Amino acid sequence: MVGRADAPRDDDVNSLYDNAPCGYLSTTPDGMIIKVNQTFLTWTGFTRDELVDRTFFVQLLSVGGRLYHETHYLPLLQLQGRAHEIALDIVGPDGRRLPTLVNAVLERDESSGEPRVIRAVIFDATERRRYEQDLVHAREAARVAEANARRIAETLQKTLIPPELAAIDGLDISAVYRPAGTGAEIGGDFYDLFQISADHWVLALGDVQGKGVEAAVITALARYTIRASAVEHHSPAVILQNLNAVLRVDPTERLCTALIVSLRRAADNGWHATISSGGHPLPIFNRAGHATIELGRTGSLLGFFDHGTFHDHHVDLVDGDILIAYTDGVSEARRGREFYGEARIAAHLGQRPRTAEAITRELVDDVLAFEGFNTRDDIAVVAVRVAR
Amino acid sequence: MNPIDRNHVRVTGNPAGQPMMFAHGFGCDQNMWRLVAPVFESAYSVICFDHVGAGNSDINAYDSARYSSLDGYATDVLEICAALDLTDVIFIGHSVSSIIGALAAIREPTQFAKLVMVGPSARYIDDPAAQYIGGFSVTDIDELLASLASNYLGWSAAMAPVIIGNPDRPELGHELTESFCRTDPDIAADFAQVTFLSDNRDDLRKVTTPTLVLQCKSDVIAPVCVGEYVAEKIPNSKLVILDATGHCPHLSAPHDTAAAIAEFIGERSSN
Repeated sequence: MVGRADAPRDDDVNSLYDNAPCGYLSTTPDGMIIKVNQTFLTWTGFTRDELVDRTFFVQLLSVGGRLYHETHYLPLLQLQGRAHEIALDIVGPDGRRLPTLVNAVLERDESSGEPRVIRAVIFDATERRRYEQDLVHAREAARVAEANARRIAETLQKTLIPPELAAIDGLDISAVYRPAGTGAEIGGDFYDLFQISADHWVLALGDVQGKGVEAAVITALARYTIRASAVEHHSPAVILQNLNAVLRVDPTERLCTALIVSLRRAADNGWHATISSGGHPLPIFNRAGHATIELGRTGSLLGFFDHGTFHDHHVDLVDGDILIAYTDGVSEARRGREFYGEARIAAHLGQRPRTAEAITRELVDDVLAFEGFNTRDDIAVVAVRVAR
Repeated sequence: MNPIDRNHVRVTGNPAGQPMMFAHGFGCDQNMWRLVAPVFESAYSVICFDHVGAGNSDINAYDSARYSSLDGYATDVLEICAALDLTDVIFIGHSVSSIIGALAAIREPTQFAKLVMVGPSARYIDDPAAQYIGGFSVTDIDELLASLASNYLGWSAAMAPVIIGNPDRPELGHELTESFCRTDPDIAADFAQVTFLSDNRDDLRKVTTPTLVLQCKSDVIAPVCVGEYVAEKIPNSKLVILDATGHCPHLSAPHDTAAAIAEFIGERSSN
């Protein structure tokens, strides 16, 4: 390339130092300013005499910058020999602040290795800092919005499960619900326990497809449809038939599974249970001295067919019998490609006799440990133990 | 949770020696002690650790309720002592960790032989009503917390090594390159709040452990009057002013710092 005859072919080093488009600052290892360029003086308004051999770099900084200088910038220089892109505000003699980014290196004596000088390059970061502050505000706004969303999710979720379970003479019942992940999103799992008459109770447990507000609407619909229907119909299969019909006409087209267990006190103080499943995992049943088994027969997924098929399964419960109902967040909890599975639930149930509370708590703890506390799906578990 | 993993506790030095426990202050991690702790390895059992959120600590162990006061950090110290079955501990804390050490020693005085406070402050904010000078106004501290936010944003949003290795000083070892000054930004913000808003003036008189206060002659974070206040209020204490500048004499003047500690812990306990 041919340049113009009068164009400079080189740059004077001193002029480059003084008039570079960045500030240059050299200090002793403990921060006393020993050399500074003109650009820095022009930007900040200090004179060379005010700074050189009289002022520590840290003294030019805002309070926040001082702290950062002491807790990060100097330690980094002293241990690593360099510090990169440290945001520091330099306060001029008139109090005006110059937001800067500082890169610095610590030079050591070649023979002794002792620190000799710190060389810093200072960039005007006014625009960048403004942008960063916008980002900080945006992040804070996002955090507040997320906290609000979480609070709403938690509040709404609470309406989908009973605040506390009714105490029923002769039955020991415990339920646990755990949302997936951070709990910021509403899950589709629900359970309910309500009374029909003096000695007749209904337990319902279900799982609406999907998550979020729309799933919550269907969850509420399912829960109240079951309640309303159970007053008129004692057969869980009929209750599910009604729920299926309601979901079919609902425009949202969401699917749902549910398990209904009707519990009626028997004459001998045992309980007569009727169980029906609409596409829901069957409850696991344990009686002392017997193998742990699933009870009932799985019926149609709810909301999918115009006329689903549902079956009532009858069983008489005696003292000590345990029935556990759960959502697929339990059985399909995953560790890598391995599922938690029904066998683990059954094995868990077959252990020494415990209260319903201990059974649900230990099962959920075990599932969480299995998943490495990284829950992908929400979990609902209800344990019913006959206890005279 | 196992405190050894939680706080990335590292034990070096003489296994038969008296335990010396080094606690880093706000900002970095146990590497801050790299130039001082090794001096004691021949005679002492040297224990270094990272506060939860710093260095290689287990970030999942962070619990904002537990760490909403310095007591939570003091509990960590006591749990580490218990896990390692330590007694007769010489605790060396920098900055806020010197107060954390004091709180631990108040709770379990028999566990600690001596306390070394490097650049301590009982309260950073001035309290004009009590004629107390901490060095900062409320506005200062607010600005300081905001400035931390902007720096962490500038560096990295997530837990990431801030600084790459330094090929010029291989003697520092390569592990430094992996963790040095690695801090979770949200936890750092919490820790800064707890640190700079704490007021531990009333705790000082409860410290019965023999204590050394190491103070730099010029420190913008903890000025000399602040160090003097701490030494004056702790009954069995001694103040040494180091001919060093800044808040981290263990980095800027490691030889003098180590010598002052060695002299103090070599002394016979005065009670």
